[in-house]
Amino acid sequence: MLDHSTNGKADEAVRRHWMGLLARAPEGRVAALSADLPRAFDWLRAPEIGAVMVRGRAGGTGGPFNLGEMTVTRCSLKLADGTVGHGYVQGRRKADAEAAALVDALMQTDASDQVRAAVLDPLETEETGRRAARAAKAAATKVEFFTLVRGED
Amino acid sequence: MYVAVKGGERAIDNAHAWLAEERRGDTSVAELSVAQIREQLTLAVNRVMAEGSLYDPDLAALAIKQARGDLIEAVFLIRAYRTTLPRFGYSEPVDTGEMACERRISATFKDLPGGQVLGPTFDYTHRLLDFKLAADGEVPDAPVREPSPERVPHVTEFLNREGLIEEAPADDTTPPDLTREPLELPAERALRLQALTRADEGFTLGLAYSTQRGYARNHAFVGELRIGAVAVEMDVPELGFAIEIGEVTLTECETVNQFKGSKTEPPQFTRGYGLVFGQSERKSISMALVDRALRWEELCEDNVGAPAQDTEFVLYHGDNIQATGFLEHIKLPHYVDFQSELELIRKLRREAGADALAEAAE
Repeated sequence: MLDHSTNGKADEAVRRHWMGLLARAPEGRVAALSADLPRAFDWLRAPEIGAVMVRGRAGGTGGPFNLGEMTVTRCSLKLADGTVGHGYVQGRRKADAEAAALVDALMQTDASDQVRAAVLDPLETEETGRRAARAAKAAATKVEFFTLVRGED
Repeated sequence: MYVAVKGGERAIDNAHAWLAEERRGDTSVAELSVAQIREQLTLAVNRVMAEGSLYDPDLAALAIKQARGDLIEAVFLIRAYRTTLPRFGYSEPVDTGEMACERRISATFKDLPGGQVLGPTFDYTHRLLDFKLAADGEVPDAPVREPSPERVPHVTEFLNREGLIEEAPADDTTPPDLTREPLELPAERALRLQALTRADEGFTLGLAYSTQRGYARNHAFVGELRIGAVAVEMDVPELGFAIEIGEVTLTECETVNQFKGSKTEPPQFTRGYGLVFGQSERKSISMALVDRALRWEELCEDNVGAPAQDTEFVLYHGDNIQATGFLEHIKLPHYVDFQSELELIRKLRREAGADALAEAAE
C-alpha cells in the first residue's frame, strides 16, 4: 500500500502519473485493457458524471479566470483488503471510470506489476504514439519566413 | 406583462414530429452519425463547445445534429445540459506555456524560439471550392518531420526580458464565476474574460473589427497565436493532491498593442488576451482585441465612447443564448399584451378625433 506519511512525495508523483494516463485515455481503452482484472470490490462512490470548471490565466501567466467547464466521470471503490481506488476520467464514461478506480486500487497492491503490464504500459505506449504522430505533422509545417529586402547590391 | 396561453397540444406534437422528419431529410441519403460530425465538422463542434462553455466533443456533435446545424440552437442545448451536471470543482489554471503546440505563429517576430508552426490551417489556401470533396476521395497522409525537442516559450516572455511589454504577474485571487453569481458591473478583467470566451463569435468579431476600423483603435499585432492540447489538473480532496483529469485543446492569442507612457513609467507595449476552447482562431483573436479595448481604464486611456470600450454594452449583449432567448420570445403568443395595445391605440385615436377625421375623408 502507498504510505503518504513517510514516502509521500515520490509515491504521490507515481500515482499522479498513472491517474493522469487513465484520465486521458480515449473512450473505452481503460475498460477494454482491464477487462481481465478481478472485479471484487465495494463501491464507496458509484460512478457519477459531473463538470469541472477549467481555469486559465489572463495573459497566460497572470490572474486566473474561469474558462468553461469540461465533463468528468468519477468514482471510488474499496478492495476486499481495504485498499481504496479513485477513478477520475475525462468525459462521460462510467465503465472507464470504474476500470480506472480499480486499476488505481490494484496498483497499490502486490498485483501492481501485473496491472502495469496489462493496462498502464499499453496506455502509455499508445499515448506516446498519438502525441508523436501529431508532433511530427506539426514539425512538417514549420516555416521559415524571409523578409524581402529592397535595394541591396 | 406576459400572459400565457393554453391549448394547441396536438398541433405542437405534430409540428415536432415533422421537425424530426425534416431533421432526418431524404431517407435515401445515409444518416449522419454523431461521430461523423465530431470528426468531420470539428470546427463547428469547437464553436459549440466554446459558446456552450462545456468541453465535450461528443455532446457538442450530438447538439449540432439535434439542432439541424443551427449552431446557436446547439449552444442552447449544451447550456441547458450543463446546468444538470454537479460541479466537482475548479481546475488549477492551465499552463499554456506547456501546450503541445500544433500551430504556433507570430505576426511580430519571424525568428522566434520554438519556430513558427503553421499546423492544419486555412491560411494560404486559395478559397476556391474543391469539387474533389463532393466525390468520395482518399486523403493522402500528411507529411511528417522529426520534431525538435526545444521549448516553445510565449513570445511575451522574451519581450518581457527587455521590459518592452507590460508583465502579467501571477496571482492567485479566486476569480468570480458568472455561472454562479449574476454578471454585475463593474466587471473586473477575470469576469470579462469569462464572458468573452463564451460570447458569440460573430458579435465578438464585429466588435474587434470596429476597433480596427477606428472605434477605440488599439493597434493590435498578433504577437502569438498557439493551438494545442494542455493538461487540466484538479486538486482532489480525497487524495490530498492534484491529478490530471484530462486535456483540452485550446486556442490562445496574445496581442501586442500600442503603448503609452506616463510620468512614472516609460512607454511599453500593452497586451490583449484571448483563450478559447478548441481550434477557434477567429474567436480567440477577436477576444484579445476586445479584451484590450475594455482595459482602457486601467491603462489610463481616454474613453472615446466606442462600443468596444463599453463593458456593459459588450458583456450584456455578447451572450447569444441570452440574446436569442429575449429576441425569439417576441414571436411567441402575446395576444393579451397586444389586445391591451390595441385598446390603447383605439382610445388615443378616439381622443384625437381620428375616427371623425376618417369619416370625413370618406
